[in-house]
Amino acid sequence: MNWLAAIGRFALGSLRALGHHAFFFWELMRTLPTSLRRPYFAVAQVHALGNLSLLVILSSGLAVGFVLALQTYYALATYGAADSVGLVVNLSLVRELGPVVTALLFAGRAGTSLTAEIGLMKAGEQLAAMELMAVDPKSRVLAPRFLGGIVAMPILALLFSAIGILGAYVVGVLMIGLDAGNFWSIMENGVDVRRDLGNGIIKSIVFGVICSFVAVYQGYEAKATPEGVARATTRTVVISSLTVLMVDFVLTALMFSTR
Amino acid sequence: MPSESTRTNHGPVGADTLIEIDHVSFGYEPGRNVLNDISMRFGRGQVTAILGGSGCGKTTLLRLIGGVHRVDQGSVRVDAEAIDTRNAEQLFRLRRRLGMLFQFGALFTDLSVFENVAFPLREHTDLDDAMIRDIVLMKLNAVGLRGAAMLRIAEISGGMGRRVALARAIALDPELLLYDEPFTGLDPIAMGVTANLIRKLNDALGATSLIVSHDVQECFEICDYAYIMAAPGVVIAHGRPDELNASADPQVRQFIRGEPDGPVPFHYPAPPLAQDLGLGA
Repeated sequence: MNWLAAIGRFALGSLRALGHHAFFFWELMRTLPTSLRRPYFAVAQVHALGNLSLLVILSSGLAVGFVLALQTYYALATYGAADSVGLVVNLSLVRELGPVVTALLFAGRAGTSLTAEIGLMKAGEQLAAMELMAVDPKSRVLAPRFLGGIVAMPILALLFSAIGILGAYVVGVLMIGLDAGNFWSIMENGVDVRRDLGNGIIKSIVFGVICSFVAVYQGYEAKATPEGVARATTRTVVISSLTVLMVDFVLTALMFSTR
Repeated sequence: MPSESTRTNHGPVGADTLIEIDHVSFGYEPGRNVLNDISMRFGRGQVTAILGGSGCGKTTLLRLIGGVHRVDQGSVRVDAEAIDTRNAEQLFRLRRRLGMLFQFGALFTDLSVFENVAFPLREHTDLDDAMIRDIVLMKLNAVGLRGAAMLRIAEISGGMGRRVALARAIALDPELLLYDEPFTGLDPIAMGVTANLIRKLNDALGATSLIVSHDVQECFEICDYAYIMAAPGVVIAHGRPDELNASADPQVRQFIRGEPDGPVPFHYPAPPLAQDLGLGA
């Protein structure tokens, strides 16, 4: 019956972890009104996290735009539909690649940085010092970073999509020779602001919540040792990435269903 | 062993008690207690030293007083009110009254020296920038670091960091000051100045100070009363410095004089070295 006990232990452990996450999320939410009364801390985090990820987001967006235009052209040219390159690239970026790739890059760049920063603050007893100064670290340290991530994510996703479309223009129009007017007009006609752009922004806000929450949670719960912080940083990337990919499937099914 | 008089009386006689530790036991892990049924009393307005070797639970005791952990048994009372770590409002009220110097400083590494000291003032007061600046510079002047106000934490030495942490701990002129190893890493000049500063601050503010340390002589020079602890988290003696200096208790004498041989073993329990090295029969 050892296997039954092992399954039971696993189930109980998973439920306990889920409960702990939910309780932590609730605690973080409770501190948000206090943090919003001093918005300059969150604004500073938007600036810091945005700057941290900007270069990697822009360069990746440009590269994705190049490749996407090239691959789409090869595929569509076979069916004589090469003029639709702009539309396909735009929809791919705005609906899917912009929010998802930005979230994955954000988790790898800014998320790990957040986890390591908070974990090292814990290891250096800075969070304990705050508590003993009657300052709630969740409100003063975690909440501004959490809010900063949520605000920064859609801005970065929009920039990713914008630079990706420019990249597709360079490859499709300037290099392959597609008609520039057609490239832009088919995009204007085929992309719906609410359905495509709006849902893309909602997705990136949801991913912002996921990535920021995972990063601050892992940092706060990290063991206060070098190995503990290293493991927490790794967990941030793995958990954020897998959660983003799974939630993306659910959101896509809900948002773009034709039924 | 401690004398009978020090065993039965858990604190300074006649002093108005601010903090009372009543038969407290605590462990970070089940079955492994760091503190074992200890009782202490800390008199209001006094400087009390808690002395003991490494790992005897001194820092843990300060954390229990600050409400960081919940005791397993017994109670910690401040002003006759038992600390309940689940009562956030009570903890907030308690912590507003105390300042703590951490063992390793716990300075905020993303802030400058000035901003570290200004932190509690910015968080808990509505003072304007000019007033905060004046207070911070006065506190830094008291620890001899006014000239280092604009340096980053990475640019100062460990000893300077502890002095900055001291300035931060006294920024709000707290009623209760907890010092965790305040003399570690300080040069002799800084150590003497810091010791005098702790005494003067206590008297000037009418505060109550607890010093956790293993620097016996520095503490005896400035404290009114002292407790000596030993592993596994027990009090082996307490009394005024002159009483402890005159103690005939071999454990107390060994600790105060820093003798390697005596009732307190230097080595962690282990089988004989020859056995571990595979030597002998």
